[in-house]
Parts: sequence; structure tokens; C-alpha cells
Amino acid sequence: MKRNILKYVLPAALLAVSISLYALKADTGVAPDADNAGLKLPEGFGALKVADLGGQARHLVVTPEGLIYVKLNRLKDGKGVLILKENATGKADVVGGFGNYIGTGICIKDGYLYSSSNYDVFRYKLNAKNEIIDPNSPEKIITGLKAGEHPTKSIVLDNLGNIYVNIGANSNSCQEKDRQQGSMGIKGCPILDSAAGIWQFKANKLNQTYKDGIRYATGLRNVVGLDWNQQDNQLFVMQHGRDQLHSIFPTMFTDKESALLPAECLYALKKGDNAGWPYMYYNQMEHKKIMAPEYGGDGKKEAIGNFIDPAAAYPGHMAPNALLFYTGNMFPEKYKNGAFIAFHGSWNRAPEPQAGYFVVFQPFKNGKPFGDWEVFADNFSGSVAKTAAGRADHRPCGLAQGSDGSLYVSDDSKGSIYRIVYKK
Amino acid sequence: MKITFITAVCLSLMISLQASAQAKKPAALASPAASVAAGQKIYLQYCLSCHMMDGGGVPNMNPPLSNTSYVKGDKSKLIKVVLNGLPPSTDIDGQSYSNTMPAQTALTDQQVADVLTYVRSSFGNKYPAIKLADVKAAKGAKKK
Repeated sequence: MKRNILKYVLPAALLAVSISLYALKADTGVAPDADNAGLKLPEGFGALKVADLGGQARHLVVTPEGLIYVKLNRLKDGKGVLILKENATGKADVVGGFGNYIGTGICIKDGYLYSSSNYDVFRYKLNAKNEIIDPNSPEKIITGLKAGEHPTKSIVLDNLGNIYVNIGANSNSCQEKDRQQGSMGIKGCPILDSAAGIWQFKANKLNQTYKDGIRYATGLRNVVGLDWNQQDNQLFVMQHGRDQLHSIFPTMFTDKESALLPAECLYALKKGDNAGWPYMYYNQMEHKKIMAPEYGGDGKKEAIGNFIDPAAAYPGHMAPNALLFYTGNMFPEKYKNGAFIAFHGSWNRAPEPQAGYFVVFQPFKNGKPFGDWEVFADNFSGSVAKTAAGRADHRPCGLAQGSDGSLYVSDDSKGSIYRIVYKK
Repeated sequence: MKITFITAVCLSLMISLQASAQAKKPAALASPAASVAAGQKIYLQYCLSCHMMDGGGVPNMNPPLSNTSYVKGDKSKLIKVVLNGLPPSTDIDGQSYSNTMPAQTALTDQQVADVLTYVRSSFGNKYPAIKLADVKAAKGAKKK
């Protein structure tokens, strides 16, 4: 009798397992759009447009249940965060929204969704299906942050209950008169006490202000893209380098030099690090830390000070707005634990052609950048001419990884949400 | 080097084309070609890096110079933007722009008049010239 049961149960169980395996596979097999949503991708990859939100979609996060939370930089119907729900084809509809504040940062960790305005960070408790239990009563965990010329707050958590917040500088290069030709740097750059760095707070404590936080790293002009590297158990950030070397110091820098310099830098941060703004910038062609002209530099003198080196450096002004370490299993092996960087695209290269408006892949090995970066997803702008003119149709701004290993990209120009999949 | 030369040639060609196009405009628009041409040189040197070649600015960062109340509106208010700058996040036609507009202290009054005359007759704008006397009057008003 027992044997008989086994005889029938075993095949049935095997069948059930294989059906569910098949179902899983089918789930990850969403079909790319015929035109790959207008993107140019490496061989074997495809893309679909998940949604068109028509608004400024900044950072985003995707749950295993197919919910997408998108942070907006302009309210839509009074909401600062939109909730999207994916259907079986991978397309998504807006099913809700909450939060009457604009901003950039959003992430999920350990049963909470964290979302930032330009002054505060809120968190919302999630249920087992990653739905927000009470969207109208978030916990305000951080408040009263400064928001000047670089107002947005990007956020990420570590594995010890800490949250990291970027506070951008209130100026381009800490001049006496911001962006004015020939104006020199303010001695000691006092804003460094409360901006131009990354601050660490507790993720579960209410109403924290500057006095409750730690200035984790300083000398970072503005960071929009940041991520926690699980291999290194370390914070990595992408700095937006300073603008306008030529227009502020026309005798020291040509238009062409000013278009390429300074580098947009990837930093691996440790507590107490100083990346050197406003006293220096990084020259990616000479691999040197150069003294800022506002603080006595001439475009050649190397910086003096205890400033860290970048982990990797990219051409100037391309505006890295998102950083994501890929831990998924969908993409080929070379992408595992490497970094995707969304370059929002330049404006500060005129009269030289503008650049960026693409997602880059930076290979990593043993937790460190290894080898040259490559353009992964291109043509967000719509054409080479639109890129050169800085008049892009779409501008990549946020990155998120789906539970199947898809890579999601948000666009803060028209609010398109893209999903990139590997087809083979 | 070659590219720089070509760029320079293109740029000067564009300037002269623009200048000749302006010169052909009816006198009723009161945009003296000389002021426009001089203003364009100022624009390329001092304004281009933020407001861009097409005057369209940069979304959320640097405001556009076309179809904006600041350019088409009160002359004195516009002149003072160039003379004194604007702080970050100034509301312009319901939009906020995060970058500082620096005071253009290096410009003479005539250059301020020229560059604004250029801006007010470019990028789709068709507004009367700003004259030296307008700049001096705006400066006088500031001192009150």
C-alpha cells in the first residue's frame, strides 16, 4: 500500500516541481518590445518600456511581487511616490501613490520602504507582500537637512541598521561668489560642516537632525548615485564633479579641457574619508588629484591634503545619477557583482558636444573596479545629434534590480520606466 | 587642433549668418545689428555654458531664455538679473532652478545692453532692444 502511494505521489510531485520550475522560467521570460524600447543594448539583451509616467521619475525600487515604487521630483496628482503593479507581460499600471513631497531617494530594506524629500527621510512599514501598510502615517526618521544648489537626498542602508544620506554642496566650488568669473574659494569652506558629504543616521530612530548623525565622509560636492556593495560590505558613491573650469578661469582652461574635466568619480568610502571638494578635482587623463583654481591651483599643481583616490574615474559632466551593484542571476557571469551607472547626461560641455545619457557597466573583480567601463544601454536621448545638443528625449536617472535579475531604469525627463532583460 | 579650427570656423560662420539675418530684420523691431552681433560674442563667452547654444537652459538647473516672463517682461528687472545675479531656486514662471546666476560684474553697461539685445532678438524672442540708457536707468533705480 505504502509503495503504491509512493508510486503515484512521486511522479505527481515531480510533475508539480517541474511545472512550478517552468512557471518560474516563464515569469522571467517577459518579452522585450520589438524596438527594445528605443535602446541600444549589447548582443543578447532586450528591453521593454514598463510604463510612461509623464513625470520626473527619479530613483525607483522593485519588489518580488511586481510592485514598483517610483520617487518623483514633481508631484503627480498631489503624490510624490507612485506605486505601479506589473502584469504578466511586464507592463505596469499606476495603482496608487502617496507622500506629498518631491524628492529623489527611495529604497527598501528589512520590511520598510525609505523615501526622501529634499529635507527629510521617511519610512513606511511594509506587509509580507511588500505593500505599504499605512501610506498616510510614515515615520519621519531624519529632518531639517540643508537643501541648496544640490538639494536632492539619495539614500542607502547597510546591514547594521544605518542609513546613509547625501547632502549636496550649496555651491559649485565654494567660491566667495558662486560661479562668478575669477571669484576665489572661501577660506575653510564652512559649508563642509553640514553639506558636501555623506551623513550616517540610525534607520529606526525618529526625528534625527544633524546632531544625531555622523558626517561619515566629506569633500563630496554632490552625490546622487550610491549603493552598498555587499561583497565589500562598503558604501560606494558617484560624485558629480564641479562645473565651469573654463568660464570661471578662462585663462587657465580651454573650452575643450573644461568639457572633459574634472572626472566624475566613483569612490569606495570608509568612515572619515575626505574626497577633497572644494580644494581639488580629479584629472582622469593624468590620473592626478589637481588643486582647484579657487584654492591656488593653476590646472597643473597637484592637490595637497589627505584626500582619497577614486576607485574609478569617468569623463566630466556626464552626471552619474544612479549606481547599482548587480547581484542578479539573469545576466551573463561577467556582470555579477559589477556596477551599473546611469549617466543622466551633461550640460556643462558647451560649446563642445554634450555627452552621457546612457547606462554604463563597470566590471568589478574581488570587490574592486577591474578593467575598462563600457556603455551598456544607449540611445535614451533618441539620436547622436540630440545627445550632442543636450536635448535628450529621455534621461536615465534611477536603477533597480528585479528579483529575476532584470535591470530597471527610470527616466526623469518623460517618466519612462525601462526593463532590460537577457534573452538567451 | 583641426577640430578646434573647424569649430572656430563654424562658430564665426554662425555668428556672421546670425548677424546678417538680424540685419535683414525690419527696422521696426529696433534691434541694431551691431548691438546684436556684439551681444552674441558676449553670450558665447559668458552665458552659453549655462543657458546653452539654443538658449533653452537646462531643466531644473538653469532657466531657458525663450518664452519666459523674465526676458519678455520689464526691462529693468531683466537688466538687474545680469547686473546682480539671482539666488538658487528662484521661482521663474512656476519652475524652480537650482543653480546660482552669478552677477556679471565683468561686463560694461554697453555689453549688458548688447547681450540682452541679442537675447531678446534670438531663440524665438522678438522683443525691442535694450539700450545703454536702459542699463544706466536700471542701475540708478537700484541705488534708491
